[in-house]
Amino acid sequence: MSLDQNYLQYPLRRRGMDHDRYPFSMLHERPPLRWPGDKPLAISIVVAVEHFPLNQQGRPFKVPGGMTTAYPDLRHFSLRDYGNRVGIWRILRALDAAGVPASFALNAAVIERFPTLARSLAARGDELIAHGLHMDALHHQGLGEDTERHWIESARDALTAIGPAPRGWLSPAKQQSALTPDLLQEAGFSYMLDWINDEWPYRFATRNGSITAVPLSTELEDRFVMLHNLHSENSWVTQVSDAIDWLSSEASTGSPRLLTLLVHAWVIGQAHRIAAFEKLLAAIAALNDTIVISPHTIASSFVANA
Amino acid sequence: MKSSLDYYVDAPYFQRPRIQWPGGKRLALWIAPNLEFYELAPPANPQRAAWPRPYPDIDGYGTRDYGNRVGAERLMRVLDRYPTRVSVSLSTALCIHHPEIVQMGLERHWEYFSHGIYNTRYAYGMDEAQEREMIAESMALIAEHTGQHCDGYLAPALTHTEFSLDLFAELGGLYTCDLFHDDQPTPIRTRSGARLVSVPYSLEMNDTIVYVVNKIEPRRYGDMLKTHFDRLYQEGAGSGTVMCIPLHPYQVSHPHRIAAFRDALDYICGHDGVWHATAREIARHYLEHHYDVALVAT
Repeated sequence: MSLDQNYLQYPLRRRGMDHDRYPFSMLHERPPLRWPGDKPLAISIVVAVEHFPLNQQGRPFKVPGGMTTAYPDLRHFSLRDYGNRVGIWRILRALDAAGVPASFALNAAVIERFPTLARSLAARGDELIAHGLHMDALHHQGLGEDTERHWIESARDALTAIGPAPRGWLSPAKQQSALTPDLLQEAGFSYMLDWINDEWPYRFATRNGSITAVPLSTELEDRFVMLHNLHSENSWVTQVSDAIDWLSSEASTGSPRLLTLLVHAWVIGQAHRIAAFEKLLAAIAALNDTIVISPHTIASSFVANA
Repeated sequence: MKSSLDYYVDAPYFQRPRIQWPGGKRLALWIAPNLEFYELAPPANPQRAAWPRPYPDIDGYGTRDYGNRVGAERLMRVLDRYPTRVSVSLSTALCIHHPEIVQMGLERHWEYFSHGIYNTRYAYGMDEAQEREMIAESMALIAEHTGQHCDGYLAPALTHTEFSLDLFAELGGLYTCDLFHDDQPTPIRTRSGARLVSVPYSLEMNDTIVYVVNKIEPRRYGDMLKTHFDRLYQEGAGSGTVMCIPLHPYQVSHPHRIAAFRDALDYICGHDGVWHATAREIARHYLEHHYDVALVAT
């Protein structure tokens, strides 16, 4: 038994990355960011509002949170819709009560299936982020360029129909094809939330220019902590608070820091979880030296300062 | 396949010749950050997929890249506050991709040992000559880029063959971190008779096992480290023990996890009977003072 000899060859072993999308740099080597008002810490809250189709195709894989049982999986279908019928309204009430702003990442299918919700979100004036067609429309190599471009433009146009053209993009399951960043930039998007390899925004090269990558703190997501790790709601609050404390401490002695937090209407909007979100929002509202801003403001602050 | 590779023999924990650490210390503590490089598009291995998602798996790749862009420096700044000694399990291609990280470790007098070339190139399926070439090249990269002799080995992504440890010993290796059978160093029998020391690493205290496999809460990990230490420190009064804290900058350095680790380190370093050592120092001391006795005793 032996392996093909190319298994011991390393054609991309070179200084920096093994691709050409961005140069390597360590966070501490970069020029400091500047947030609005020169605040040391910026927090951004993104609420995902999602539609999981009943006739899931699962290409190229079954989306986390998707249908599980034999067709028709009414159990998971309706439990996800709970987020669009009940959870999101609870979240909006909690945000408003705390006076903390958030941004909303919407599947195009949510706009079509829940028009009252879509109009209400648009009327708030908060940033709306394109989140693909729906949760079973995963971007991957098998789509082909034309289909993927059509998906991206359709998701963009669905948001444009209810408000300003979206500047930001979040792929379903943060899954990209090798072309997604190029097509996003060509469709007019200025930033994407899919790459989780940093704590600061950075420039990401595309075939016709560049796009800003704004990283999310995936391992602090409500879904990851409470549904994947099965940690308690209180533990989630503790973990996010510990992160805020640590980043505040670094920001007070070094350069500014950023915490981006993604939550899901169908997760944190549940009756037994919303109190944890409220507790966190109250803590965030009470922070000094912190500003809560949208991902677009993060991206544009980065670009303005670059 | 064999039912056992017979690397070690039975040696009941409380009936062994006493291990004495320098200065009468009770417990040898070593910190083992895994500094790794994962490739976006590695060649396929017949027995293990590099990524769970199809190309490009930006979720898995991005998770690891975070460790190099953000996590490594954050971990260094924490470790800088303590007298701990650090021995790095190194994806040796990192010397070429990100020499600035390796240099920051050298400035801190860190030891480097081999963790293969990439953590996306597995030993599974290699023939003996291929694995020897891979291990030898990784050792050569450490020599070339750090000036250190590579004394230790932890197989890339813990992928082994029946020959991994034999090959490393024959190539001049001193210690292996690949076996989890003990809380003390032990002799490892190799086919050539070359002397090889097993230095306890730990899967139970490994942040990736803790956070990814066992899905432990950060503050509980801090408590586990303290409890693990307490028992080994207590037992170390009778015969010297080893505690290793294996870390990954893409796990422990997240801002919601690093304080729990710092608190545990604070607690552990408050004890006088701790020998802060590198894995090389532990292995050399054991080889010089205890290895032959342990062989005779068994």
